[in-house]
Amino acid sequence: MLEVEGLGIRFGGNHAVQNVTANIKPGKITAIIGPNGAGKSTFFNLISGFYQPTTGRIRFQGQDITRLPTHDVVARGIARTFQTTTIYKELTVLENAMIGHRVRTRAGLWDALLKTGREKRDGGGSRDGGMAALERVGLAPQANLLAGALTQEGQKRVGIAMALSSDPKLLLLDEPAAGMNPEETVNLMALIRELVVGGLTVALVEHKMSLVMGLADEILVMHHGQKIAEGTPAQVSRDPAVIEAYLGSHAHGGQMGEAGASENAEASHA
Amino acid sequence: MKGRLQGGIWGWVAVFVLAALVPLFGPSGYVLDIGVNIMIYAILAYGLNVLLGYTGQLPLAHAGFFGIGAYTVGILTLKAGWSFWLAWPVAVAITALAGLLLGLVAFRTKGDTFAIFTLGVGVIIMLVINKWDALTGGNDGLNGIMPPAGLEALSKSVGLKLSGGFYYLALISLALTIIAVARARGSVFGLSLIAIRGGDDLARSAGIDVYSHKLRAMMLSTAIAGFAGGLYATYLGFLGSAATGPIQTFTLLLYLLVGGLGTLAGPLLGPALMYTLAQNLKGLQDYQYIVFGPLLVLLIMFAPQGLVGLWSRFTARRTPPPATPPTTPPHQKEVTRAGS
Repeated sequence: MLEVEGLGIRFGGNHAVQNVTANIKPGKITAIIGPNGAGKSTFFNLISGFYQPTTGRIRFQGQDITRLPTHDVVARGIARTFQTTTIYKELTVLENAMIGHRVRTRAGLWDALLKTGREKRDGGGSRDGGMAALERVGLAPQANLLAGALTQEGQKRVGIAMALSSDPKLLLLDEPAAGMNPEETVNLMALIRELVVGGLTVALVEHKMSLVMGLADEILVMHHGQKIAEGTPAQVSRDPAVIEAYLGSHAHGGQMGEAGASENAEASHA
Repeated sequence: MKGRLQGGIWGWVAVFVLAALVPLFGPSGYVLDIGVNIMIYAILAYGLNVLLGYTGQLPLAHAGFFGIGAYTVGILTLKAGWSFWLAWPVAVAITALAGLLLGLVAFRTKGDTFAIFTLGVGVIIMLVINKWDALTGGNDGLNGIMPPAGLEALSKSVGLKLSGGFYYLALISLALTIIAVARARGSVFGLSLIAIRGGDDLARSAGIDVYSHKLRAMMLSTAIAGFAGGLYATYLGFLGSAATGPIQTFTLLLYLLVGGLGTLAGPLLGPALMYTLAQNLKGLQDYQYIVFGPLLVLLIMFAPQGLVGLWSRFTARRTPPPATPPTTPPHQKEVTRAGS
């Protein structure tokens, strides 16, 4: 569905992403993992057109989208959410979702001033599209509340609804579970699974290994801006290069996961 | 949709009906003059509000576009002998075009840089108007711009003086401006402007073509400034470059802040209050700023959202929010209320 080929970007002398070739398969959940500063978010920013790559190509559904501006990328069917809950807190939940639907409407300033038929159609379509997206994430009853009044998890869902209302084929989620407690994380996993069953393709960057291992069909591991491994969760967790990247060269074998004290505890249980 | 029509359509109708009754009570020319000036400033403030209040961009060349509109009408009627009724729409078109040209360059910058860049452009516009003697009359300005053809005769036929005619012309212009701005704000286009106000990057990722939306907001904003400028030229009959400079822009900014940024009533309330106040403090001459200064500080401290913000905070405290959020969007509610 999405193929990237030799993708790279340089900020000054720093190769934030270097020569990444990968393939995101339709109807699957692909997780992109790696230590902090591995270039995962930059990789997302390249795909969504936020950054222009210095090398390489991006193809989506067979078409080259490498140098398209972000709004064109969204129009082709790639939507994203941000690491933090970046939504419009002073607007209602429905208005947030309607903003994401803008890319599917064409009415402009003249239509607004003259109240043309197109304005009325697009206005109604925007409300319907926004409500449909809210139903998909389970926020329809809260449509008229201010988005800032929702819980952290609710605000994450607003962000996802904003992305969904652009009617994407591929959804990019940048650390969707950041700041969530375990229960909220489980709810979020169920939501993502539901969306994929509904025909969406999902790619996500995430640090919570429980979420990644429980959810991903495919995992792509990045380190120092490069892809060092890919495969199913089982394959990746046995990959020596991945283990080394996560635990440093001193570690010998063991399970992959978050480095630190909890690692030893888990190992002793095993 | 919040901020679309505060107080509802009927509140606005009431305000305009009351305002339309004023000349019928035979007020002094002085009262009508204050009324017309308030309305011209209000129109200008509505234009500023489109960019600053809705789109979140601070354009400091606004009075420059007011000047371009005013001088276009002045030059076309005085030097080319055009009718005001033709020169006015042409002035609006020219300011919209000039806004587009500025936007094409200025929107390559953001935030403070955008404000400073447009401030520079504002100064340049004022200087060009001030120095281009052959076209604008330079320091002497333009003298003897005629009232719109037929306005005096029309006023007489309904038993009014010319000042009454001007008052109604300004009132109709103000109504048209408010309708245009309310429509723009309530549209899918307008919601996209609000999205841009929340941040370029977020709006981009939501799929909004930020640059083209900003350009169109700029054109609407400057076209309204030109609209106000044309009215100002024919009303005053005299043009000087001082009214087109940054000080005028900052005065306007003050009016808008007092009224309430990003609201529909603010750009009318601010000029109405502040202009009247300024007229009453005229005796103090330059010392009037000793009153204005602390007033502005108090406003920023206690009512950062302006008078409209203060009012909605007050009403929100009085009426508890409904237990279940209404399922019909506010504008539909408006219709059913009107129908019942």
